[in-house]
Amino acid sequence: MYGKGLKPLSIATVAMLALSLSLVFFYAPLDADQGFIQKIFYIHVPLAIVALIGFIAGGVFAILHLRSDDRKWDAYSYVAIHISVIFGVAVLITGAIWAKASWGHWWVWDEPTLVSFLIVFLLYATYYPFRYAIEDRDRQARYASVFAVTAGAFVPLNFMAVRMAESLVHPRTFATAEGGMPGEMMLTVLCMLVAIGLLWTTLVKFELTAKSASGQVKRLRRALDAPVSGGSSRIAPEVG
Amino acid sequence: MTPSRSAFAAILAKDLRSELRTLQSLPAMALFSVTTFVIFRFGLDRTSLSGSLAAGVLWATLLFAAVLGINRLFVAEREEGGFDAIRLAPIDRSILFGAKVVALVIYLLALELVAVPIFAIFFLDDAAGLLPLAAVLLLTDLGLAATGTLISSMAVNSRARDLLVPLVLLPLVVPLMIAATGATEPLLSLGGPAYDRFGTWLMVLGLYDLIFGLIGYAVFDFLLED
Repeated sequence: MYGKGLKPLSIATVAMLALSLSLVFFYAPLDADQGFIQKIFYIHVPLAIVALIGFIAGGVFAILHLRSDDRKWDAYSYVAIHISVIFGVAVLITGAIWAKASWGHWWVWDEPTLVSFLIVFLLYATYYPFRYAIEDRDRQARYASVFAVTAGAFVPLNFMAVRMAESLVHPRTFATAEGGMPGEMMLTVLCMLVAIGLLWTTLVKFELTAKSASGQVKRLRRALDAPVSGGSSRIAPEVG
Repeated sequence: MTPSRSAFAAILAKDLRSELRTLQSLPAMALFSVTTFVIFRFGLDRTSLSGSLAAGVLWATLLFAAVLGINRLFVAEREEGGFDAIRLAPIDRSILFGAKVVALVIYLLALELVAVPIFAIFFLDDAAGLLPLAAVLLLTDLGLAATGTLISSMAVNSRARDLLVPLVLLPLVVPLMIAATGATEPLLSLGGPAYDRFGTWLMVLGLYDLIFGLIGYAVFDFLLED
């Protein structure tokens, strides 16, 4: 049932990504002082925004899980955080490339957005060892949800604290005053944001589908009294 | 006294009494912090510190000493069946959270009562900043206790107990440490205490305490279910 609508969603994602990438390369103007390398911004910023929203979505799913005690929401929360962590790796890598190109350093510490993203990423990286250290399935799901709620509230608080501590050098993407960007660039970023958001949704749906399929296979095998193969699924949550 | 108030007082008194009798956490925390100061003295090769360096040394040491106490916070509950007793008792489970937070704040204050004067003797030329520092210490302890109690109660029921607390807690308290060091740095500056952005940082600390106190209170119920 999770596979329903997966095909049109995937096609929409690919189409939107293709459209946005062609906007990036053929429509958006070349940045005056950064030149071609500035194009990485169109991937970096939407990835970061989607990853952060994904983390918060993981927290919202976790609240639903705690309230309804329905294991489905735990799987949603797990998968949302999982895909967002993967996006987070991409954000850190593309961010480092961009920083090297435009500031001359791979990593800049007095940069609130970089530092706070790193801290959030480190926190969510501990989600896995935390989750897998708890053996009992129900307890694991509950504790993971508590973690996801806490970490979800942590995201905005962390951004505030880090921003206060540091100077303001990072370009404010959507600043309205000076430092704002021309309309073509804005349009391209928004398109890319939609495309990356769709990509995130598709990946989440794919993983949920895979999980539910492997759960079904396992249940069928058990019903047939056949040996259940593969110990790896012990770790990840299942969906019915 | 209402039942929840007396339950709160009973749990808190139990914790403090057992700590006083067994002395499991506090002496270790204090000793650890003194040793860490000595290591910093040689690691940095300085005999006197001020400003951001002083704030960093103080808070790094206090944080790691606090982790020692946070690790042990729920060990007795788990080993002696205290969790089952709380589950059976006709009280609101969040009371356990509140009592543990207060107990941890008391431990941390006791730790700081030892560690901060020693820090001042070792490294500070001028102790005038210590009085306003008390407010920073108190607010930071509250936040540290709220997140620490939450993480500790989860970690104690897992396989990798002692590993999980530092692993999960440290990234979680980064904003708290940013605000604490931000407030401490001008207090310990070379020419006597200064107060730039002191109030702002205290507000960040208070906000952190409030948010994580509320979260802990709201989710703690789910951690005790079995």
